[in-house]
Amino acid sequence: MKIICVCGLGQGTSLILRMNVENVLKDLGVQADVEHTDVSTASGMSADFIVTSNELAQSLPGHSATIVIVNNYFDLNEIKEKLQEAL
Amino acid sequence: MRLFDKSLVNLDIEVKDAEEAIRGAGQLLVDSGAAEASYVEAMLAAYREKGPYIVIAPHIALPHAKAESGVHEAAVAFARLKEPVKFGHADNDPVDLVFALGSSSSSDHIKLLRTLSSLLTDPANIEAIRSAKSAEELENLLK
Repeated sequence: MKIICVCGLGQGTSLILRMNVENVLKDLGVQADVEHTDVSTASGMSADFIVTSNELAQSLPGHSATIVIVNNYFDLNEIKEKLQEAL
Repeated sequence: MRLFDKSLVNLDIEVKDAEEAIRGAGQLLVDSGAAEASYVEAMLAAYREKGPYIVIAPHIALPHAKAESGVHEAAVAFARLKEPVKFGHADNDPVDLVFALGSSSSSDHIKLLRTLSSLLTDPANIEAIRSAKSAEELENLLK
């Protein structure tokens, strides 16, 4: 399973998101290949899931991955709930 | 890597909009020698281009730009806004805590983000940051 965490530049907030997604997956006992990148690179990548904000999700129309929207990147419970729903 | 150094903290900044808030936090990076003025302009350009996604949690913005835009060392500047301002985020506005991230390509960058992230995943720390009276109080949160 491949998960991409996406932000505007692919250097700051997507890395924070990735760290927290990895923490949550570990908690859930789910194995996945997690990467982080910027929104334009992500649009050309294949993945099972893309985790990002509502704003940036609008820039990924028609992507084959399931898009998981997270509002609070620091809320591990929210990330956990959203991932559990999607997986 | 620097976070919550005295020179990187302003606990009482008055701004009238999001751009002034980014500029205010970014100026701390410049004044402390962590980044060039060009980096602040790059953060503003990123905000204008990519939008308010940098408000990654309720009332918390993390403006940043690419390391190539003029960062000397991995650092985070922190500005607490006297009056919250809107960044245009549908869910997380208004913003009162601004962390300007000086990105670097070093491993320090990852260490810094990890430190910041583990700090802010605890709501008690966010409350402490909101009510802190000095940069020392913030530094103590990292211990």
